[in-house]
Amino acid sequence: MSEVELVCIVCPASCTLKARLAGGGLEVEGAGCARGVEYARRELTNPVRHVMTVVKVRCGDLPVVSAITSKPVPKSCVFEVVKATANLEVEAPVELGQVLLENVCGASLVATRRVRRVSGAGCPASPASP
Amino acid sequence: MIERSFDVAVIGGGPAGMAAAAKAAELGLSAVLIESRDLLGGVPLQCIHPGFGLHVFGEDLTGTQFAYRLIERVERSGAEVMLRAHVHSVEVEAHDEKVVNVVAPGGVVRVRCRALIYAAGARERTIFEIGVVGDRPAGIFTAGEAQLLMDLYGVLPGREVVIVGSGDVGLIMARRFALEGARVKAVVEIMPWPGGLMRNVVQCLHDFGIPLLLSHAVVRVAGRGRVERVVVARVGEDLRPLPGTEFEIPCDTVVVAAGLRPNADLLERMGAAIDPATGGPVVNELLETTVPGVFAAGNALVVNDLVDYAVEQGERAAEGAKLFVEGGGLPAADWKPVARGRNVRLAVPHYVSGERGAVVYARVERPERNVLIRVPELGLRRFAVAVRPAEMVRLELPRSAFEGVELERLTLEVVPRE
Amino acid sequence: MGPLVKVAVVGAGVVGASIARVLTMYEGFEVVLVEREPDVGWGVSKANTSVIHPGHEEDPRQHPLRAKLCVEGNRLWRRWVRELDIPARWPGELMVFASPEEEREARKYVELAKLNGVPGVRLVYGRELLALEPNVNPQALGAVYAPTAGTVSPFEAVTAIVENAVENGARLLVETEVLRVRVEGGEVKGLETTRGFVEADIVVNAAGLWADEVSRSAGVEPEFRIRPRRGEYLLFDEDVRGKPARILHTVPTPVTKGVYALTTVHGNLLLGPTAEDLPPEAKDETGTTREGLGRVLSEAAKLLREVPPPSKVIRTFAGLRPEPPGGEWLVKAYEDPWGFVNVAGIRSPGLTAAPALAHHVAGLISEAYGIELRRKEGWNPRRVGIARLAGKSLREIDEMARANPDYGEIVCYCKMVSKAEVLEAIERIRRIGARPTIDGVKFRVQAGFGRCQGSFCRWRVALLIAQATGRPLHEVLVGRGAYAVGDVKVLLRGGAA
Repeated sequence: MSEVELVCIVCPASCTLKARLAGGGLEVEGAGCARGVEYARRELTNPVRHVMTVVKVRCGDLPVVSAITSKPVPKSCVFEVVKATANLEVEAPVELGQVLLENVCGASLVATRRVRRVSGAGCPASPASP
Repeated sequence: MIERSFDVAVIGGGPAGMAAAAKAAELGLSAVLIESRDLLGGVPLQCIHPGFGLHVFGEDLTGTQFAYRLIERVERSGAEVMLRAHVHSVEVEAHDEKVVNVVAPGGVVRVRCRALIYAAGARERTIFEIGVVGDRPAGIFTAGEAQLLMDLYGVLPGREVVIVGSGDVGLIMARRFALEGARVKAVVEIMPWPGGLMRNVVQCLHDFGIPLLLSHAVVRVAGRGRVERVVVARVGEDLRPLPGTEFEIPCDTVVVAAGLRPNADLLERMGAAIDPATGGPVVNELLETTVPGVFAAGNALVVNDLVDYAVEQGERAAEGAKLFVEGGGLPAADWKPVARGRNVRLAVPHYVSGERGAVVYARVERPERNVLIRVPELGLRRFAVAVRPAEMVRLELPRSAFEGVELERLTLEVVPRE
Repeated sequence: MGPLVKVAVVGAGVVGASIARVLTMYEGFEVVLVEREPDVGWGVSKANTSVIHPGHEEDPRQHPLRAKLCVEGNRLWRRWVRELDIPARWPGELMVFASPEEEREARKYVELAKLNGVPGVRLVYGRELLALEPNVNPQALGAVYAPTAGTVSPFEAVTAIVENAVENGARLLVETEVLRVRVEGGEVKGLETTRGFVEADIVVNAAGLWADEVSRSAGVEPEFRIRPRRGEYLLFDEDVRGKPARILHTVPTPVTKGVYALTTVHGNLLLGPTAEDLPPEAKDETGTTREGLGRVLSEAAKLLREVPPPSKVIRTFAGLRPEPPGGEWLVKAYEDPWGFVNVAGIRSPGLTAAPALAHHVAGLISEAYGIELRRKEGWNPRRVGIARLAGKSLREIDEMARANPDYGEIVCYCKMVSKAEVLEAIERIRRIGARPTIDGVKFRVQAGFGRCQGSFCRWRVALLIAQATGRPLHEVLVGRGAYAVGDVKVLLRGGAA
């Protein structure tokens, strides 16, 4: 594998790391401390990220609700999560912590905002029972 | 007109204001929180990313989650909340008596209070302030407006985006656009270093392959009905565009993330002294402005990088308000100015008494590695592997450090470690 | 009484709107105002110096019509702003000179004032100059004082005039671009537009920058070309120090036109314009330039004791003036084609002259086509502006908010504009038949005109427009373009919409 340049974000020093996986081992240059080497190892072997996005809401006081993955997902999987929201729509009310989508890249998508229900045309006062 | 009376009135229902109102109520004062929108929470309500609350709640929360925590605290505290309440003006009737004139849907409310905490946040610098010329078609947004449109009101501001300025909001928005399938052509930063946290540079730009053009400026926007392109140029050390370095980036959207300015207009009108370095008021260690009994906190005081600091300032201002209300004014003190020394661009508060511990918030002028942050007069020093303008320096000056020290002033400085 | 004469006025700027209003004063006309933009007043009328000139800068020997209508227009505006509730101030102006050469040049304008019958124009020096204008640059030698100068909000003037014209029976068609004037058998038949045919017996061409093209399409004045002359401006925050009490401007010279410094009716300091001739096809080039804005600042420094720092600039903009050949207005009713009237190349002092020009055009129509002008009974001269919170006392605000809670809900913090005012602006835009846009609201009630330039309120205004019109938020217009491109998932769904 070729050399990868990374900026370490473990501390404010922001060391620029040159890292490569060679023969099963990891070589890191430029790290000011051991935590930088560990950071490079994670980023090269199993980088993960939380994904933050919004999901459409029907009959809410706002048209979308914000959401975050219940745990970090593999970095390569980030776009899979957001693509799963392309046609997703939930119905208000939405509570904090409500699961909006299960089992995407091994995580679920959880609401990080409340959306109150508003009644109106096509939106009876309480949601249709499932 | 209705008249109401409180010990403390707090203007602004964002993190600093919520913390101030809750803390004041928790300290036994009668407090009212005046917010212009129809809900509390302020800007964090539109921040769907984490990075909030590590200091205050010991957890990494999203802005939205953080806002709800504080809203619940306000509810528990017993502070009264006025929503859709716009502050028209403040009359200072006496040393410890102010009237806040509030325009609300039911009419004008005159809120009489003894102490006032001003936490009206900051506003974003506009494209006009940063000297960008050219056309003004649709497709130009401030970062905050773009964020609100996407994450509260569910609309996508643009498809092909150039972001002006690499402050944290700009970086966060670069990632948001990328995650919704838009193309972020570049983040253009006039300084030779990024304006936001390195974590955000890495996770918002590097992760998505978004170019960061340092020492570059957007000089011109062109487009008829909608933005069609921007002209970018490299800048010299004087930050002015270098002739002959211009190039075009086609795009349909320009997002201006060129930093914030404290919203200090009302304070200025009340006669408070303003610090040109922060754009906010001059304050003492209790965050009292030069108008007695008027305190400031959060981004209205100084633009913070962490919301936790805004909360801390709100609480500090509430403590100051309690002393003020109970004593009919703060006791006279021998205030010592806090001077800005080497590589310190701004520092808040501007005066300390030495009679109690204080917290200094500061920003450096330029990035530097391997430094000491120190206050030589107090013999205080702290090592830092690196300091960057984007990251605030927070330094505690404990009460004990002042004991037995005769001083005329303090100097905060950042010096290389020998 | 005979059948109605159908008049189509091309261009809903201050000139076209004024003509429409004046024609509604008389019996026998059916007036339609045709505008390419979504709203009225978005062309030359939107971005200019906003000065109602006294008339002492017009040479009656060179441009007799301009001189006459400028002086008359100044008088008429005083009535129109009262009748139509248009924000206006009449502080008088000072043409400031700083050298004996400039003084010699300036003296000529006192002579022109005499020729044109402009009252009160005289030279002032020293103490009197300082008394008239404490914020004048101390280097100034003296000035030509013209007490009758004023300033209006030009955009609000156009909206007021159109509201009144519509109230009196005129009709407005927006987003309707004229393709050509249809002429058959030597007579005007109407307008071919992007929205179909508009029948008319008389076409009045007040198409501003495009008047040359409209004129050519009617088969007249093939050589007539309008050159856009760009003027750049800086608008400063209300709270800057040293705003002038009077309208100040530099002495025009053969090389540079005068630059103005004035306090607008809304309390902002306005500096400008530059004068840069663009090629005829550059009719959309309303971009600002670094050089132009720099020139404005250095010229304004000659006028003012203190020019505020750039950080206090809340907006820069550029406007285009329609410059006709030789600076000569083309105002003419044609016999061939019968029914075609040019009101073209109306460069400065077009804003000042507009009301007088409108009456002049009504007279031309009457004369050329044998139509007797008889005042219509029941014509309503009055229009009342939107009731505003700004400038009201607390007690008045309290009463307004109690009567209508929407007055108590502030949408724009910088300029203290309430939801009630925004809703009223939207309603009025719809009543004249225009399309509600963020800019239309902004220019009517100032929401977004403060130092934050709309970052706190533009979305609120957009939401109110979306609600009122039943359209999605992203379709609301900012200028001519949509606010946003679609719902937040539009691209993830693969939508290239």
